[in-house]
Amino acid sequence: MPAITSAAASRRHFAFPSDAEPGGQGTPPQRIGPSTDRLSDPRLAEVVPASRLQSRQPATMAPTGIAELDRSTGGLPRGCLTEIYGPASSGRTSLLLAALASATRRGEFCALVDAGDTFDPPSAADAGVLFQRLLWIRCGKASSKSAQPNLRGNPSARTKNKSYHHLDQALRTLDLLLSSGGYGLIAFDLAGVCLARQVPLTTWFRFRRAVEATPTILLAIEDQPLAGSCSSLLLHLSAGRIEPQASAPVHARLFLGIHVRVQSERSRLQRKPASPAALHTSFFQTSFFQTRTAWAG
Amino acid sequence: MLFGCIFVPNFPVAAVLRAEPQLRHQPLAILHGKPPLEKILAVNLLAESSGIAPGMTRAQAEICSGLILRPRSTLRETTTHAALLDAAQSFSPLVEDAARDTILLDLTGSESLFGPPQIFAGKIANLLTQFSLEARIALASNPDAALLAARGFPGITVIPPGKEADCLGSLPVEVLFVRTLEDANKNSAHENSLLDILDRWGVRTLRSLAALPEISLSERLGQQGLSLRRLARGLSHRTLALFEPPLHFEEAIELEHPVVLLEPLSFLLNRMLDQLCERMAARARAAQELRLTLELESHSPHNQQSINNPQYFRRTLRLPLPILDAKLFLKLLQLDLNAHPPGAPIVKIFLAADPAPPRPAQGSLFQLPAPEPEKLELTLSRIRGLVGEQQAGSPRLLDTHRDGTFQMQPFEISESATARKTSAQLSPDSSPDRIAPFPMTALRRFRPPVGAGVTLEQGQPVRLICPALNSAAGGQPCQVLWKAGPWRSSGDWWEHDAWARDEWDIALQNETRIALYRLVHDLLDGGWFVEGVYD
Repeated sequence: MPAITSAAASRRHFAFPSDAEPGGQGTPPQRIGPSTDRLSDPRLAEVVPASRLQSRQPATMAPTGIAELDRSTGGLPRGCLTEIYGPASSGRTSLLLAALASATRRGEFCALVDAGDTFDPPSAADAGVLFQRLLWIRCGKASSKSAQPNLRGNPSARTKNKSYHHLDQALRTLDLLLSSGGYGLIAFDLAGVCLARQVPLTTWFRFRRAVEATPTILLAIEDQPLAGSCSSLLLHLSAGRIEPQASAPVHARLFLGIHVRVQSERSRLQRKPASPAALHTSFFQTSFFQTRTAWAG
Repeated sequence: MLFGCIFVPNFPVAAVLRAEPQLRHQPLAILHGKPPLEKILAVNLLAESSGIAPGMTRAQAEICSGLILRPRSTLRETTTHAALLDAAQSFSPLVEDAARDTILLDLTGSESLFGPPQIFAGKIANLLTQFSLEARIALASNPDAALLAARGFPGITVIPPGKEADCLGSLPVEVLFVRTLEDANKNSAHENSLLDILDRWGVRTLRSLAALPEISLSERLGQQGLSLRRLARGLSHRTLALFEPPLHFEEAIELEHPVVLLEPLSFLLNRMLDQLCERMAARARAAQELRLTLELESHSPHNQQSINNPQYFRRTLRLPLPILDAKLFLKLLQLDLNAHPPGAPIVKIFLAADPAPPRPAQGSLFQLPAPEPEKLELTLSRIRGLVGEQQAGSPRLLDTHRDGTFQMQPFEISESATARKTSAQLSPDSSPDRIAPFPMTALRRFRPPVGAGVTLEQGQPVRLICPALNSAAGGQPCQVLWKAGPWRSSGDWWEHDAWARDEWDIALQNETRIALYRLVHDLLDGGWFVEGVYD
């Protein structure tokens, strides 16, 4: 069933369920909620009948390139914001590269806004990303016009200022990319950016609105969830197990990959189940996948 | 046979008005010569009605209040002439460059494409209006009749075949001796004597000249007299000396006062780009590259050497696809000049475009959506202005074993990248043909690598001090929980930037969790650093 969106409906908790014109001829509409007479209450003048509300089409899903994840979440929703968060070595970047490889192989153009300038092209090439269809934006280098306040002798302030500079560039760049349009996937890598929590919720809301009704997947990689209710899909990644080969001598050991545990913590793509038990079992789905290093064969 | 003639009267004035259209409703006079011996070369109608005439000195002209005086600019006249040729070429490829202000066209067979002659001439006039030029258009069955009609009659003149003598009859005989701008300095004594003779005979119009008996005229004036009579009767037939103008699009402005700010410069660039785009559109071309050259004011105006060797500031915009959008070009130039200011006042502006056939607008049905190239170029320019010139693009791996070496390339949406091509066709060198069956473990690279203090036992790292990685631990050493290595590599020993290193994959306690890092020991300088985290 399509979700109903209307600013008026969200403000007031009732709507006209029938197609009849309010105040028009025919059967008077049955009202839900307060028993206030709409015609006599001027506050209700802007209430829109349910039949006139816009219905949002269900989001189409694009595969992530990881079969286990696609089976559990259905892929990444187009026209929505997806957040992927987790600590270091939890497989966030591996998932990002898999999604980029999958999208570029489908023929879509992708953009990566790299707030921390941590993208590694050899890893991306190993993952199968086609660079001809990838726009990589490295944030952090001061442009000629940006003013740098003098923070000499205060290292923590200097670090914060640098991080703020990265973040500011990344947010502005993302705004430009979203307004230009035409991308299949736009990835916003905020992992390791210490001031990322200071991005206001209104900014995330703006990004969500910009990507709505477009075929673009907006993917945010973070240390912790930042966008609140603006994200349609929230995935929590954690490292399940490292393949250590602890028994072998040090010089004969190989780092083979990471077992990743993915928990879908929020999905606005489906309606919530009614009962809490069902909510626990089906809504917060958990899946696992394993990454492999390039030298693991 | 149908021939056309485009004649721009008062060409030096027209050239100035094309560059400065705001002067169209003001009295304007063009000065020629070296100061202080400057004289009026040409005037517009408003100046003429104020009593200003060619030949007056500057001091005489300056008595007239409100008169705008401009020096003659050969630069402007050259670009206006090029625009005139482009306009003519958009109607016929058979063009004669008769003079700087006069173009002859062979329009035979073009009626089916452009309509009857009257409408055809109207279309030429409309195009010239778009080029900010007020020209006289004449169409006739032979080129000389068209030329005389264009010089003699204002507006549009269409002479039906066989009616040349009747139509041209009312023109004064002086129209036969109109001197072009190039001939202005040549000796005109012979022409003056011919005019005197005709005047003494009472021959003042072409009709009178055409009525003179052929043999008597030949006895008195020779072949030149017969030639003039044929012209007057509209019977002269000749082939055009065809000229193929090169596909070279350049606009130039010489400024009276140096421009310092970007805003007035943008205003001038806007006008030049409009004119450039109109010229290219007339020749069915789009711009592949824009070259902006700014001549800068010398710092010491009294230094003769700096005047003779002017400083130039050059910027080149390479476009991924042929584009013809003046507003987009202006925005790109503004962003580029914002990022790279010229650094000195500007006295001359040269703007040139490399033409290319325009790309077809319609894509295929099965083509995937992609960013619009025009919009993308603008977005990329803005992003480059934010993050830096080399910070946005597509990476390309270099053919070396040195770790993490890549090169940034401009991000372009080419036809090949838009089409559904196999991975092997797209990237034969950098990426595998098929997507990896497992998600590959990625490295998040620290730029620059984080320096670390390492405690070794039996040549293996056992403890690490790296506050940047584990800020919670402060300066306390972290225990290496697991390690694999070393993986030794070296290269470029024959170069100055040789490298040799040992790589370790290590697991560290990161706050409450375990994280995997790549630890590198530089064998040449002995330093240890953490290159990145596996994620």
